[in-house]
Amino acid sequence: MTDADVVIGLEVHVQLDTDSKMFCGCSTEYDDSPPNTHTCPTCLGLPGALPVVNERAVEYAVKVGKALDCSIAEDTAFHRKNYFYPDLPKNFQITQYDSPINEDGELEISVEDESKSVGIRRAHMEEDPGSLVHKGGSIERSSYTLVDYNRSGTPLLEIVTEPDVESPEEARAVVDKLREILEYLGVFDADRGGALRVDANVSISVDDEEGTRTEVKNIGSTKGVVKALRYEVTRQKNQLKRGGDVQQETRHYDDDRGVTVTLREKAEEKDYRYFREADIPPLETSEYVEEVEIPELPDERRRRFREEYGLSREEASKLTSKKAVADFYEEVADVDSDLAATWVVDELLGELNYRDMTVEDVDAEDFRGLVELVDAGEVTDANAVEAIRASLDGRQGFVEVVEERGLGVADEGETLEACRTAVEENPDAVDDYLSGDDEALNYLVGQVMQATGGGADPATVNEVLREELEGEG
Amino acid sequence: MSATDDGDDPFNAFVTRCRVGGGDGMLSDLSIGVKDNISTEDVETTCASQVLEGYVPPYDATAVKRLKDAGASIVGKTNLDEFGMGSTTETSAYGATRNPVDPERVPGGSSGGSAAAVAAGEVDAALGTDTGGSVRCPAAFCGVVGYKPTYGLVSRYGLIAYANSLECIGPIADDVETVGRVLDVIAGEDHRDGTCNLEAGDLASAAREPVELGGLSVAVPEELVGDGVDPDVEAEFERAVDVLKSEGASVDRVSMPSLERALAAYYVIAMGEASSNLARFDGVRYGPGGGDGDWNESFSSARAGFGDEVKRRVMLGTFALSEGYHDEYYDKAQQARELVRRDFHRVFEDADVVASPTMPVTAFELGEALDDPLEMYQMDVNTVPVNLAGVPSVSVPAGDVDGLPVGLQLTAAKNRDAELLSTAAAFEEAWS
Repeated sequence: MTDADVVIGLEVHVQLDTDSKMFCGCSTEYDDSPPNTHTCPTCLGLPGALPVVNERAVEYAVKVGKALDCSIAEDTAFHRKNYFYPDLPKNFQITQYDSPINEDGELEISVEDESKSVGIRRAHMEEDPGSLVHKGGSIERSSYTLVDYNRSGTPLLEIVTEPDVESPEEARAVVDKLREILEYLGVFDADRGGALRVDANVSISVDDEEGTRTEVKNIGSTKGVVKALRYEVTRQKNQLKRGGDVQQETRHYDDDRGVTVTLREKAEEKDYRYFREADIPPLETSEYVEEVEIPELPDERRRRFREEYGLSREEASKLTSKKAVADFYEEVADVDSDLAATWVVDELLGELNYRDMTVEDVDAEDFRGLVELVDAGEVTDANAVEAIRASLDGRQGFVEVVEERGLGVADEGETLEACRTAVEENPDAVDDYLSGDDEALNYLVGQVMQATGGGADPATVNEVLREELEGEG
Repeated sequence: MSATDDGDDPFNAFVTRCRVGGGDGMLSDLSIGVKDNISTEDVETTCASQVLEGYVPPYDATAVKRLKDAGASIVGKTNLDEFGMGSTTETSAYGATRNPVDPERVPGGSSGGSAAAVAAGEVDAALGTDTGGSVRCPAAFCGVVGYKPTYGLVSRYGLIAYANSLECIGPIADDVETVGRVLDVIAGEDHRDGTCNLEAGDLASAAREPVELGGLSVAVPEELVGDGVDPDVEAEFERAVDVLKSEGASVDRVSMPSLERALAAYYVIAMGEASSNLARFDGVRYGPGGGDGDWNESFSSARAGFGDEVKRRVMLGTFALSEGYHDEYYDKAQQARELVRRDFHRVFEDADVVASPTMPVTAFELGEALDDPLEMYQMDVNTVPVNLAGVPSVSVPAGDVDGLPVGLQLTAAKNRDAELLSTAAAFEEAWS
């Protein structure tokens, strides 16, 4: 094998974060509900029930289309994809076949500072099936299966890329970038389990000759994308190296074992018998296209943060990958954009993450107050960190914590007083210092810091102590 | 309302008796039968199929709800060909319905129970459904009025789908006025049916106000008379045409070449849609269920409950939609459908209504048509073009052959339901 290139195309299914389902009025807030409580005749596929399109889902689809620079069809239609499966109440899925709402878009990604553009073939609307619970563990071992139709009819957008993706890492970048954009658009709840699922078409082309592709299904996370695709790419390369052929087939990704296994061979591929869904009249999109506006997107915002606030690429990137973080930062930035970036990126996000919290759990105005105190030299860095921790643990305001615990900077008198006390109470250390042991000074500084509750400025303490000790000598 | 109380059903017109609705409202004087493929809350709805035996819908079809709200009494669920697939009401899992005019003959179908119940005087009116003539055929065979509205005028929410791009709920009654009153109540926009978005207008009044036949322009397509039409039926039809003429209507013989292909196109589309619509009857959520085995086996055994005609149509429809045959059958049928639409559109540029015999024959004897499905399909040749085009059409009694009723089919342009009712009322008046 001489020149082998990895060719990957992705199908990313995302749940649109609408209040109600794609074709009925049932609520989509079913995550903590008992099975089959968010259902109606339509999403249960009861005889005679009909689908009516959720306008909000169309609006969201148009938003995504605009953000990915797609051409948006003036008239779009729905189709039936026919196959039998117990989680599919009608035994067909309503989807879009030859007239998807969005086509021919583009997505900018960067991997290790290399930017490239990945083509978006289409992004179309469809409905999620119900979910299956296999009793007794895995699908092979279970003695029976229960069906929960709460998820049935949840709006999905299937975003299909061109086969422009050339490595598992690029695939991950595509998925991450899509998540970012969808979250910015407010059409996607990134924290919801199962809200994003990926299928991937993978092949290896040797000396520019197209390879046979496999479809890998059931990739449920961003990490899974890299793991699944690395496995599949290696598997195919090994196959070719050994002189074998890659079989055209559908493979299932087993996340627990990190491997892909054969699900269906080519001969078993389904014929979905697509045809127009006559229950849904053709949909005109012109009104949506005119009225739907999209906000500033992550890349734009990243650029602006670097220009407007003078931030590094890394800082700008960290601050903009979630819209809520970027919004939060902008409320703090005008104190001092560098200082604000440091405190949000280096301290706050880490502390939040450690506690499974997000910036949405804290008050930007309050945090801004803390950064102002740091900026004015009224709280030391160490005490500001202390204040953040205490505040998050006790669900108390940042500034309030500083005041209550006296974490503010000690004034000159206090510092002087504490230094004198330290010298008086530690004659041994004083003797050591005077006999040339600099370590002893550090010990004394520590004593002063402790006495002032960390409020004294270490540099000042150092200076004052030296002066005091000169006197002793 | 009396005959429905004792449970006696000499023509097997009903699958289930019930008594719901009734109260104040515009239809408080009417007892109504509802075809058993239209969902009724708390009343078993079977589609005359074993696969839905015991299924009690948790909701009312919009048409049923509107009838109840108007004070109508719903007194029973009427028999039909299984899932509406037939023209004789003999494929029902609950036995054939008999024609009250001659109990040794079929009532037509698939809304045979509805037409028979009306003809026997068991109900004042009934709802049928018309996919390819299923309201008009039994109306013609039983000597009553049957109306198929413009597609999109009456909500299909709750109508258990056979071929959803073709079918409509429509009323059957003894006279045009009653048909108009029922239609007026069930018609009009419904937010639960995205295809039901037409302004209904005052259809009850329209049915009470016959048009002046003197100004009426009638087209008679040569494709729907002559070859294939029983000569005695045709003679009765010509008598009806003469009545229209004598009242001053102008009658033109026209050609609608697309109709030659309408029947084949209709069956391909209807069966294709049926193969998908009937996929949901897998026994998981309702119906008798498929019993043991893995889900594949369980689905299969649940679906074994379908009757022969349903299986035939599901299999043919699956074939027509399959890869490699889709273009040749389904897509071609859609093209033919478009030509039928255009033909109607062209004819209605000059004509107010298109007239033909509703059925090419009178009611057959029980059992006569069952052996040869193709021959049975042929009987729908005059009614199916209307469903392909989505236009409104009505069958009105117009004479008989040896005591067996003949129907006159009048068809109007899309959304001209009010005008069509007034025209039917005028013919009804002129004929009597």
